[in-house]
Amino acid sequence: MSQPRPRRAAVTGIGVVAPNGTSTETFWKSTQEGISVLDRITREGCEHLPLRVAGEVRNFDPPSAVEERYLVQTDRFTHFAMAAADLALDDARLSRAETDEAPFSVGVVTAAGSGGGEFGQRELQQLWGKGSRFVGPYQSIAWFYAASTGQISIRRGFKGPCGVVASDEAGGLDALAHAARAVRRGTDVMVAGATEAPLAPYSMVCQLGYEELSTVDDPARAYRPFTAAACGFVPAEGGAMLVVEAESSARERGAPVRATLAGHAATFTGASRWTQSREGLAEAIRVALREAGCAPEEIDVVFADALGVPEADRAEALAITDALGAHGGRVPVTAPKTGVGRGYGAAPVLDVAAAVLAMEHGLIPPTPNVFDVCHDLDLVTARARAAELRTALVLSRGLMGSNSALVLRLGAGDAS
Amino acid sequence: MTRRVAVTGIGIVAPGGIGAPAFWDLLSNGRTATRGITFFDPSGLRSRIAAECDFDPGAHGLDAEQVARCDRYIQFALVAGEEAIRDSGLDLAVENPWRVGVSLGTAVGGTTRLENDYVLVSHGGERWDVDHREAGPHLHRAFAPSTLASTVAERFEARGPVQTVSTGCTSGLDAVGYAFHTIEEGRADVCITGASDSPISPITMACFDAIKATSPNNDDPAHASRPFDADRNGFVMGEGGAVLVLEELDHALARGAHVYCEVSGYATFGNAYHMTGLTSEGLEMARAIEDALGQARLDGTAIDYVNAHGSGTKQNDRHETAAVKRTLGAHAYDTPMSSIKSMVGHSLGAIGAIEVVACALALTHQVVPPTANYETPDPECDLDYVPRVARERRLNNVLSVGSGFGGFQSAVILSRPREKTP
Repeated sequence: MSQPRPRRAAVTGIGVVAPNGTSTETFWKSTQEGISVLDRITREGCEHLPLRVAGEVRNFDPPSAVEERYLVQTDRFTHFAMAAADLALDDARLSRAETDEAPFSVGVVTAAGSGGGEFGQRELQQLWGKGSRFVGPYQSIAWFYAASTGQISIRRGFKGPCGVVASDEAGGLDALAHAARAVRRGTDVMVAGATEAPLAPYSMVCQLGYEELSTVDDPARAYRPFTAAACGFVPAEGGAMLVVEAESSARERGAPVRATLAGHAATFTGASRWTQSREGLAEAIRVALREAGCAPEEIDVVFADALGVPEADRAEALAITDALGAHGGRVPVTAPKTGVGRGYGAAPVLDVAAAVLAMEHGLIPPTPNVFDVCHDLDLVTARARAAELRTALVLSRGLMGSNSALVLRLGAGDAS
Repeated sequence: MTRRVAVTGIGIVAPGGIGAPAFWDLLSNGRTATRGITFFDPSGLRSRIAAECDFDPGAHGLDAEQVARCDRYIQFALVAGEEAIRDSGLDLAVENPWRVGVSLGTAVGGTTRLENDYVLVSHGGERWDVDHREAGPHLHRAFAPSTLASTVAERFEARGPVQTVSTGCTSGLDAVGYAFHTIEEGRADVCITGASDSPISPITMACFDAIKATSPNNDDPAHASRPFDADRNGFVMGEGGAVLVLEELDHALARGAHVYCEVSGYATFGNAYHMTGLTSEGLEMARAIEDALGQARLDGTAIDYVNAHGSGTKQNDRHETAAVKRTLGAHAYDTPMSSIKSMVGHSLGAIGAIEVVACALALTHQVVPPTANYETPDPECDLDYVPRVARERRLNNVLSVGSGFGGFQSAVILSRPREKTP
């Protein structure tokens, strides 16, 4: 029996607010040039903490991106999200007038791992420093993980399926996969992705418990995965939102299909059990390839998770070979996040944005600050490498134990 | 071929009832578990009442290390998870772990520990540049909301898709809905799902105080939560956790499992209206109900019971009354609709899953739980809210709805196991 052709989920818009660029153009320029923007943390109240280096978003002016009435009731992570969503929708050429015509056909899904930490700390200070009646009316809607999805939906009038995966890093890919499934189930457009703002003083204190965190002071040496000098990861803020759209909907309105979300899978192997993540990541890759109908040899580039912990790096390098066979040793691998840091759930969404741009430009961005790779991987270092890229694999693992793999195809993903 | 999804195990930690039998005893007798807050000194707050769980983690099998490591809301999930797995009869040792997933919801996650440790590192709210040396060893686990699903997945050795869902007050319904779709779409055969929250802490009570969302009925805590009553004046904070084992129907039947019911439909939409406000029309919730009915291949007249969000705020109860009338039509007036928040309070992200468990038990017992404390009708809420006393009724399909801050509107439909059609 012939099945009806399933609705395919396409990427039609990209919006980036990242440490290395607050527009998609500047992000791509810094990414392909391999510029590292890791630097000393300058956010107020953080100077004394034993975590000195991060990827900060410094060229972002919230009032120029978002209206005052939304700014006052939201945390920095939601400022990033609203701004990135606007950029993505503009990029997809989806205007308010268009989406207002069918509000139930546009949904929002975000991943969130840090919540509204800065806002929350301010209100906690009001409560404990002054008293309960000094807690403001927006605490109940700014601190919680659902804030960004809710505010994007309200601000842009989107009434479609709205969701939040409050996940670890891998949740960023899970949010995109959630959007792709919503599209397959009938929603035309999903605004999907993740932004994080974990660099407020108390949020940073909370992260100090992660044994994988790098506390090296030198920005050039703090985050060097796949090398003998790997000493953990560097956190970051910012992120990206994408417009994930039914291919049919994009075609109808004449919007270019930039890439297709072809396959995804997620597995779990336990928090900080990095050796076991090899098996989990390999399984996620295999299932994602199967869903995409993609042979291992078709993968033209891998965007690695690149945690920067020796045991985890080894597990990832082996997982790539486990899942892709001999091709795993030949396929170019890159980790541009070494130049911006890991923005938790936002990190793999930035990688997906970079992967789409890389395929479009035929250029694999390099892995800043990394040389002398000590694993059997063809890691792209120093400078970008030109290559014909039709299919990309993006990998992510979370500190709480999730492994996720996403297969992207350039354009509509078929020769026809 | 559509994969169908069965509920084969349930477990619960709720105020006034830990374990499914005690929980059902509370609901079916219309008792309330709301009281004056005992967890901290609530003086200075406008709402000083809550539905607290009398929960002794040690008595429920958690060891000292688990108690120290896991926030209270995760302890709830572990205890409810043990009960649900035991109840399902599932032998996880023989299951393919890659085909077992976890989908758990929480609205505010580890905020209680985050607040407790905050007080230490800020020296009682004095310092913005907090002192990290005062932080406790498990703070990072409270910071990461994914700790919830991760801890439960580790306990039960699930290796499939593991997700924490956080859509405010619809987290519980959405977590169950995601699990339903995960199995339906073939990404897992078993999914441990549900939700948990323990929000009874100063910061969370204070932030709902600030917007007058919670009830100030401090003089009569036992009757403070009054959904649909003309005198309702806000919700009463609650806490708790509920876990359900969802399973692909053939997988359940092959091992001879007891099937409570099937999850037959789930949908969620945003209202794009206001972070905390609701319209009086209920269009978006109606849309979620219609979509869920469509998945269940049911007409609105097939719904035998509506488990309401029924938080007891003025706007909520009006909103969902409108949504139910819009979708069930004249049948709405013949359909009992009750809010168990009258008894167990509103445990934010957890309550949706607690309500799904209540629906599964209602189907099992063929009894509709009541709305406790309902006395004075409100002309704007003119449906049958099952005042105070549970009611026997033939139930085949039940609908549970929820609304959350952020504009989330969700609906889940549970159905009695139907004959399998070839």
